[in-house]
Amino acid sequence: MTAALQVETLVKQYPRHRALDGVTLDLPAGMCVALLGHNGAGKTTLMKLLLGLIRPTAGRVRVLGEDPAQVPPAFRRQLGFLPENVVFHDELTGRDTLLFYARLKGADPRRCIDLLERVGLAQAAAERVKTYSKGMRQRLGLAQALLGQPRLLLLDEPTTGLDPLLRQEFYRILQELRAAGATVLLSSHVLTELEARTDQAVILRSGRLAAWGTLDALRQRADLPVCLRVVTADPDGVEPRLDGLSTTRAIDGTLEVRCPVTDKMAVLRRIVQLGPAVTDVEIRLPDLNDVYRHFGHGPVFDGD
Amino acid sequence: MHPVRVIAGKEIRDALRNRWVVSATLLLAGLAFALAFLGSAPTGNVGAKPLAVTVVSLASLTIFLLPLIALMLSYDTLVGETERGTLLLLLAHPVTRGQVLLGKFVGHVAVLSLATLLGYGAAGLAVGLVGAGADPQSWQAFGALLGSSVLLGAVFIALACLVSALVRERGAAAGSAIGLWLLFVVLYDLGLLGVLVATRGQIHEQVFPWLLLASPTDIFRLFNLTAFDNVRSFSGLAGLSGQVDFSPAFLLGTLLAWMALPLAGALLVFRRREL
Repeated sequence: MTAALQVETLVKQYPRHRALDGVTLDLPAGMCVALLGHNGAGKTTLMKLLLGLIRPTAGRVRVLGEDPAQVPPAFRRQLGFLPENVVFHDELTGRDTLLFYARLKGADPRRCIDLLERVGLAQAAAERVKTYSKGMRQRLGLAQALLGQPRLLLLDEPTTGLDPLLRQEFYRILQELRAAGATVLLSSHVLTELEARTDQAVILRSGRLAAWGTLDALRQRADLPVCLRVVTADPDGVEPRLDGLSTTRAIDGTLEVRCPVTDKMAVLRRIVQLGPAVTDVEIRLPDLNDVYRHFGHGPVFDGD
Repeated sequence: MHPVRVIAGKEIRDALRNRWVVSATLLLAGLAFALAFLGSAPTGNVGAKPLAVTVVSLASLTIFLLPLIALMLSYDTLVGETERGTLLLLLAHPVTRGQVLLGKFVGHVAVLSLATLLGYGAAGLAVGLVGAGADPQSWQAFGALLGSSVLLGAVFIALACLVSALVRERGAAAGSAIGLWLLFVVLYDLGLLGVLVATRGQIHEQVFPWLLLASPTDIFRLFNLTAFDNVRSFSGLAGLSGQVDFSPAFLLGTLLAWMALPLAGALLVFRRREL
């Protein structure tokens, strides 16, 4: 499979701070990749570099096999971009806005109506953008990014302002694009909803690559404990019998047992042996939130 | 469709929608009619004067008004898009920065041309056809006035684009635009006059004409008031035109340079700008 995105020891130095500091990535085509990181971690800077809007201080960028800052702008027909907090010209109607971008992109203007319908804006197409709510603007931005069958989508916080139903519709659209071979890189703060919907995650921290890989691989690398919630009527009696394990008492009286993933089965067996004193066990595997907290926060170690 | 056309088309539609074109046209037409028909009211004489006289009055009106309209139309060309946050998305499309700038420039020039041609054209036709009438040379002079007014407008749109590329905030752009207007419409001529008075007109006749070329409004004035004999006799510049020996083509060329250089400068600055 060819790489959709290649970034090598990428550095972007601004006068006052270093937004990216030696990031290396290689994302294959046809993947949906989550880009995570705290505010100012370098997510937006990375997207601008991928779009060729700014030039790297050092390092190399290849998007769909080309250097985006060098190729003629027609190259961007293959890209779809949704900026963070997308803004449009207030006086234009939704339809005219989309038509304007379709003309710039050389996309079929007839598709605009379909796209507006797709994002649930068909009713409001003739209204001026200034009357739109935040969610409606976001949807218009999304429709704009989808113009002209892009091969690579760069979406900066695409689901902010969308209600749950629209979010689902959004992820359905992404699945279709992915099935058609498009690569998607999206940043988001709503981590849990990315979990089942992305192939890989890239975590940036202070301009450096903190982690990158499939969620399973990241989970393994983070080696986060599994949490077993033991529901019992008699926590005082049960807790001593789980001697040697790290337990904490939750507010509702349940016991929380944390153990490495590899010990999970052994611990479960011990809990089962407690007999009828334990009425239920819930297993909570570390989710993307936990993985993100592990990699994306805390101190930055040099040479990490 | 070519990106420059797409962007220019959007600028024109925007200006039509927010009534820029209508208000600028009405303003220009109203003042042009007033100058053409009421210009001699103080002498107790209301009525249209020959077209050649109208050309002289309209030239003065252009010098005051068109630069102002042009600067107000274009000062936030780039800085406005940056401040609203729409520039990032625009540049993520298949357009170069040069095409964005050129598209906006072309669009704004089209808007200004439309207002000028309609506003002045109506007044000119009224004077020439209904009023005192005009000979062919006056029509020529009037045509030259329309064309050079548009060109002067384009010069100031280009200057506004340069300002818009240089500054970081809309407020600063607006202030600089007003500053440019003051400089080229009021202060420069005042300064030149001061020099003439201070030196009792002894300023070298080899130097003075060239000083006029340093201001686009003076070039415009020279072009319109000296190019045609019948206009010259009304303009009060007969004395000066004896000294100044620039051909109309040369003057137009200088105006074109005044348009091209700021535009090129704006492009250079805009290309280097980090988003």
